[in-house]
Amino acid sequence: MEPLDRYRPIIDDFEAFIDACERPLPSAVRVNTIKASVERVRTALADADIAYEPVDWHDGLFVLPEDSPGANWPYFHGWIHGQEEVSVIPATVLDPQPGERVWDACAAPGSKTTQLAALIEDTGEVVATDNNLGRISALRTNTERLGATTVAVTHEDGRNHSLKPFGGEGYDRALVDVPCSCEGTIRKNPDTLEDWTLSHVEGISGVQKGILKRAVEVTEPGGTVVYSTCTFAPEENEAVLDYVLGETACEIVDYDLPLDHAPGITEWQDETFDPSVADAKRIYPHHNDTGGFFCAKLEVPAE
Amino acid sequence: MSDQSTEFTRLPETDEEREDPERATREEVLDFWTERFGVPPETFEGYTFWERGAGKLWLYQGSPPSPVDIEGLGMTFLRTRQEHWKPTLEAVQRFGEHASQNVIHLDEDTARAFVAGEDQELDWDGDWGYLVVTHDLAGEAEPVGVGLYVYGELRSQVPKGRRREV
Repeated sequence: MEPLDRYRPIIDDFEAFIDACERPLPSAVRVNTIKASVERVRTALADADIAYEPVDWHDGLFVLPEDSPGANWPYFHGWIHGQEEVSVIPATVLDPQPGERVWDACAAPGSKTTQLAALIEDTGEVVATDNNLGRISALRTNTERLGATTVAVTHEDGRNHSLKPFGGEGYDRALVDVPCSCEGTIRKNPDTLEDWTLSHVEGISGVQKGILKRAVEVTEPGGTVVYSTCTFAPEENEAVLDYVLGETACEIVDYDLPLDHAPGITEWQDETFDPSVADAKRIYPHHNDTGGFFCAKLEVPAE
Repeated sequence: MSDQSTEFTRLPETDEEREDPERATREEVLDFWTERFGVPPETFEGYTFWERGAGKLWLYQGSPPSPVDIEGLGMTFLRTRQEHWKPTLEAVQRFGEHASQNVIHLDEDTARAFVAGEDQELDWDGDWGYLVVTHDLAGEAEPVGVGLYVYGELRSQVPKGRRREV
């Protein structure tokens, strides 16, 4: 837990935070509404004697306290998909509507991609990009199992995303759930912090800035971009937002999040960030007994 | 097979628009689903059909300019350019509820064996060939995959990577 000590000055009840990070998380699943209703999934889980618990802020999420998703009928049919509770947040905040065009800038393995497809009721277009062919194969497998017909997969670095295959059309919304140092996933993967280095944090922050900037560029005026990470590092969170505010015309906006959270921080070590980064949300493991997460909503002003 | 190609080309609508005689048309695809499984053509309204490599068809809700050179476009849907066209498991799970013929309904144990990839001797007095396989899930019949019925046997066509002990 040593790398997390640097957050002592910014996290309330730091001991509770560390305690929570040391507790494992149970499996959670999201109902895939492309293929089944929440009600039918409840029935199928009950018929299979799989214990499930509702999640109070999202009726399409269940915690499976005794089971791992994978070897049961609802999974085989693509009715459910294993997805951590906090990982459901960014697509929910992006809130895409049926018929819209959405870019998922760092898409593999596809939990959020397929959630986006479900939110647009599988009508519209989700362009799902990843720069790693191995992960793209997982993305395609998940897309197919969940029966999404609106997902187009591209293999490229999100920083250089091309609109050419789609005739140059921009997007109504973009989801930028970037690769990160993953500190918030420690409850799932206890060895996450073993290879932690500040130079990795700083290096990946450059990639994050490039991808978020590209997302703002390809989003049409009046459109929405959501930026998220599963880490606590301000270098990868507020500093990235601050950079993009300086480089593009976007604005950070407030949004409702029905989970306990802390605001984005405006100061870190020697740096001061744009005051609007306070509208981003920091979700800590001891707040709601989940993984850790960071999520900001941006808008591209209408012309 | 040129499955490694990443170029998707949109199917011609009808025979008149077809340049490659081996290539399926949208019309033929719709006819196949109607004739084999009784799936009405309007089920696929709003979807476009694409081919990548020889005979591997994809279904997509959207219409990018053809050809499009990317990694994936919607779902794999139908294997053509062989004697008997074969729907994918994904297509049957998604659209099989509209099928009214060549549908075989399995009981729980038989369905489990089917998903585990086992071939089984079963009575079936309909056509031989590819069947939509269903079982009961949450109180209703739900399509689970594709089976090949020949010589008194239902052969599981569940791809190796999708087989499960449920």
